[in-house]
Amino acid sequence: MTKQHANWSPYDNNGGSVVAIAGADYCVVAADTRMSTGYSILTRGYSKISKLADKAYMASSGFQADVKALQKHLSAKHSIYQHQHNKQMSCPAMAQLLSNTLYFKRFFPYYAFNVLGGLDTEGKGCVFTYDAVGSYERVGYSAQGSGSTLIMPFLDNQLKSPSPLLLPAVDAVTPLSEGEAIDLVKTVFASATERDIYTGDRLEITVLNANGTRTEFMELRKD
Amino acid sequence: MRQLDFSSLQTTAPLLGDSSGFSGGFPGDFSAAPSFEVPVTDDFDGFQKEARDMVKSKKGTTTLAFIFKDGVMVAADSRASMGGYISSQSVKKIIEINPYMLGTMAGGAADCQFWHRNLGIKCRLHELANKRRISVTGASKLLANILYSYRGMGLSVGTMIAGWDETGPGLYYVDSEGGRLKGMRFSVGSGSPYAYGVLDNGYRYDMSVEEASELARRAIYHATFRDGASGGVASVYHVGPNGWKKLSGDDVGELHYEYYPVTPETVEQEMVEVGAA
Repeated sequence: MTKQHANWSPYDNNGGSVVAIAGADYCVVAADTRMSTGYSILTRGYSKISKLADKAYMASSGFQADVKALQKHLSAKHSIYQHQHNKQMSCPAMAQLLSNTLYFKRFFPYYAFNVLGGLDTEGKGCVFTYDAVGSYERVGYSAQGSGSTLIMPFLDNQLKSPSPLLLPAVDAVTPLSEGEAIDLVKTVFASATERDIYTGDRLEITVLNANGTRTEFMELRKD
Repeated sequence: MRQLDFSSLQTTAPLLGDSSGFSGGFPGDFSAAPSFEVPVTDDFDGFQKEARDMVKSKKGTTTLAFIFKDGVMVAADSRASMGGYISSQSVKKIIEINPYMLGTMAGGAADCQFWHRNLGIKCRLHELANKRRISVTGASKLLANILYSYRGMGLSVGTMIAGWDETGPGLYYVDSEGGRLKGMRFSVGSGSPYAYGVLDNGYRYDMSVEEASELARRAIYHATFRDGASGGVASVYHVGPNGWKKLSGDDVGELHYEYYPVTPETVEQEMVEVGAA
């Protein structure tokens, strides 16, 4: 008897690219705003960036329904944390929470490819990059999503910093200023839009630094 | 009459179809395995295969560990690959479970990270409950039992637990099939055949710490040279009577030129640049 196969899949891929870059005292989190399914565009104005805490912003590409569920879950957990501890969660703490949340659905994963960006307890920029089931790593920069294979090599070229595993340790601070990092992000998305059909429409950039948070937009190609 | 405590013998693996509500929160009881939601489907294996392919963070890896007269030497590369794409060159594959025990990571990154952290929690609870450190035998057994209870569900873990306890240096290999082996020398991962070649050739029990660390570094280097799925930074740790210490972390690209420096050759005829036409 041939094995029965399901006639539907619970997952879909809504495409898009997300990037985060950490600096000495700032962090840039960026994502395009195109949401697709197959070859169709569902909307040109969907935000993939969500604020998990004052100093922790998450950008996720993949299946946006799972992303929405994940954001809601984390937001609920953060609420409880605030009630119990009377303060916001730090970015490294949120990073661990996200990892555990993803792993608890190890056998029915969230189809979400995330980057978490923010400021750590010392005010330095931090970026955490994840796979779909929660393995994570603190890095200086990361790209996820449909355009990640186009974006990462360029970021490696511009930002490649010594590995944190080297001994004797080499300090790995991204040398760019905040303005330069934002320009880099704009350049990178413009290029990714050229060659990735799922990336485009508009770019949303969230910048965190000691003065607070601000958001910028830039138009991308809509074809 | 005193009640005997059998809680550690009870398996707490999730039963198929067990949807105990929203179990995504932190388990309050760390001595039991965390409970996981399992999708309700006719074709569980097919679904797991699809989910695994979606995740696909298969790591090509080279990790190795061996016991010698001065303790345990543990080394690993740092590359993570997803199919043919290198997703990271700076993955920490040697996990510090506690100040005197290390675990290595091979297989699924999330599986290794999560279960090693869980093992660290269990080891700490053991210390608090028994007022002494857990043995390497005990720690590896805890991990092996957990992995055995998830056998067949698609976890991918190939790890070595290395440490120093009251009986001296200890090294165990534990995998997600439920296997657990005690031994003197192991290498795990796609680059392990290459590492074994160098390791087995150069191994002597009476090496000094310097010789042993150089052997470990060379074995990892040679594996990264020949195995496309291994690379990045070769990290070497030593576990002695006072705990572990990281001895070195070297970029394997640079190690290549250290071991095989480029000698300038005499050139017979040099190519000269022609001016633009």
